[in-house]
Amino acid sequence: MRELTYAQAIREAHAQLLAEDPRVFLIGQGVWNPWYAGTSLQDLDKEFGRARVMDSPVSENATTGAAIGAAITGMRPIVFHPRMDFMLLAVDPIINQAANWSYLFAGQVSVPVVIRAVINRGGEQGAQHSQALQALFAHVPGLKVVMPATPSDAKGLLIAAVNDGNPVLYLDDRWLYERRGYVPEPLYQVPLGKAALRRSGKDVTVVATSCMAAESLDAARVLEARGVDAEVIDLRTIKPWDRDTVFSSVGKTGRLVIADAAWLSGGIAAEIAATVVGELFHALQAPIIRVCLPDAPAPSSSFLEQAYYIGADDIVVAVEKVLR
Amino acid sequence: MHLQDGGTRRLSSERLTLFLYEMLRIRATEERIGQLVESREIKTPCHLSIGQEAIPVGVCAALRQDDTVWGGHRSHGHYLAKGGDLNAMMAEVFGKATGCAGGRGGSMHLAAPAQGIFGTVPLVAATIPMAVGAALSAKLRGTDEVAVAFFGDGATDEGHFHESLNLAALYRLPVLFVCENNLYSTHMMLNERRVKDNIVESAALHGFPGLVVDGNDAVAVYQATYQAMERARTGEGPTLLECRTYRWRGHVGPALDLEVGQNRQQDLAEWMQKDPIMRLRERLREEGLSDADFSEIERRIADEVDAAVNFARRSPYPDESDLLHHVYVSRRGA
Ligand SMILES: Cc1ncc(C[n+]2csc(CCOP(=O)(O)OP(=O)(O)O)c2C)c(N)n1
Repeated sequence: MRELTYAQAIREAHAQLLAEDPRVFLIGQGVWNPWYAGTSLQDLDKEFGRARVMDSPVSENATTGAAIGAAITGMRPIVFHPRMDFMLLAVDPIINQAANWSYLFAGQVSVPVVIRAVINRGGEQGAQHSQALQALFAHVPGLKVVMPATPSDAKGLLIAAVNDGNPVLYLDDRWLYERRGYVPEPLYQVPLGKAALRRSGKDVTVVATSCMAAESLDAARVLEARGVDAEVIDLRTIKPWDRDTVFSSVGKTGRLVIADAAWLSGGIAAEIAATVVGELFHALQAPIIRVCLPDAPAPSSSFLEQAYYIGADDIVVAVEKVLR
Repeated sequence: MHLQDGGTRRLSSERLTLFLYEMLRIRATEERIGQLVESREIKTPCHLSIGQEAIPVGVCAALRQDDTVWGGHRSHGHYLAKGGDLNAMMAEVFGKATGCAGGRGGSMHLAAPAQGIFGTVPLVAATIPMAVGAALSAKLRGTDEVAVAFFGDGATDEGHFHESLNLAALYRLPVLFVCENNLYSTHMMLNERRVKDNIVESAALHGFPGLVVDGNDAVAVYQATYQAMERARTGEGPTLLECRTYRWRGHVGPALDLEVGQNRQQDLAEWMQKDPIMRLRERLREEGLSDADFSEIERRIADEVDAAVNFARRSPYPDESDLLHHVYVSRRGA
């Protein structure tokens, strides 16, 4: 079975999309240089030409707005923002324009754009290079938000995003770039809005996003050794999220831990918890626990970073608490 | 040991020696930071301004303490030239509690409010409009303080730059825009990002003066700033200085990034011949600065830098309990 890293899988999706569909093009900062994108875009400019693979000036607003204009008029652009933080300079075209466009014009005009942004935290980079802002965008109707956690999803979700016809935010995680896994060779899609059941279990449901899915599996192994059978769901799409998969799992286990490496307040985990409580209250045998970042910007000093970031250990603690 | 005095036209040998001292101090500090990055004692991303020292020093020499400076990711020089404390900066780069941001910021987040440095941040162009705001504030408060925005040529790619120029022109604000044009924005050279090498023309489009300055000549930078300060303080509004220079080191850390750009190896060799420090040293040699005087300055600076590194090494890490402090201020402003 062929294994690729997460970054290689992203690259393969780009390459196949560019090869398959002349409407696809790529624009953003650092797409000619491995500094920003790691191997995830390596040499695409050499393979497909710099007319279709464009390294841009430091102009997030203009490149994103232009991609939206190009999408409306028949192209299938992928905009690249090497850090999610930089993408905030493009929030007007994303939220005010792209998200609203189909609705505004009664479905006559659509915006088939993919906006890729990398979450790249840690390493003493500080508050403005560390933000995981999925909840901000998931709040907005008209946008879809995907967060692949595995190499095969990294490929399949990008392809599905380009083919979706809506503005899709594709958030990949630098912490996952070296993870390896089986990636099918053809151009295939992982459907948007569909979660993956990564591990079946009967005692507790752990719903996770992005890198926390891998942490949850690590946590499940630790818990297994302690006699706890955890079910792990990788959400994959944050907006719209897969209620059916989450509901059927919680219906079975009666206990829920949600892990999302973003701020606690007003986040994805709050949304899932509120929905589960609202619709499945009677199935719950314990309060829901959220494993998220504290409500503070990211500190730089590694000492504080260690206290700030969350991982498998925190999930183990949370699971043991809901089981008590 | 600070230069800023509101500027005087005359530059005595003593003042020029101070310029030299300040430039050498920035370089020695950054070279040491580079070594510490290489030995992995420092982990935070550090962007070095080696080769560009004449700009912060020339500009800040024409400023007063109450003038404000606003910078970005490459701001060690701005911080030091404006009077920031070397120990506090070094400790910040080490991520220590005694750092100028309590260790929560690192190299890209320097602050020294008493010296008019209210914060530098890495988002490109972010502080340009904030400098305009500081100038607006000075005007509304009825002071003659000036705000200085330091930014690179890359920052002129952003809308923030163009909008800020218009706003400053429209309200005739006392702001000095200093573009440190080192020809690079990370891996991209100016000619890969712009059709014309004409950043300075942005000023004329908004009806205020823009000057191209030799950014490796501290005296030329000082004189241009001095004139801009007079304009700003007398209510005539903004000025743009495009200071031409070259970044000796790579985008981040001490490496040379020779693989980046078109002719970097050759360009670098040429620009190193235009070393702003050697240039001023030559001039001062003619005015009587001996090699012994020069060595004495270097020795003093080496001691200062050693002391700062020792201070940083000895300082404690921030306490875990500090993690949630300062998300909000705890006290209402007066
Ligand atoms: C809004 C934003 N976009 C992109 C980046 C990534 N980035 C960091 S430094 C830099 C280049 C800046 O070049 P320039 O302004 O010329 O300053 P220099 O590094 O040359 O001193 C870029 C693009 C960023 N920090 N912020």
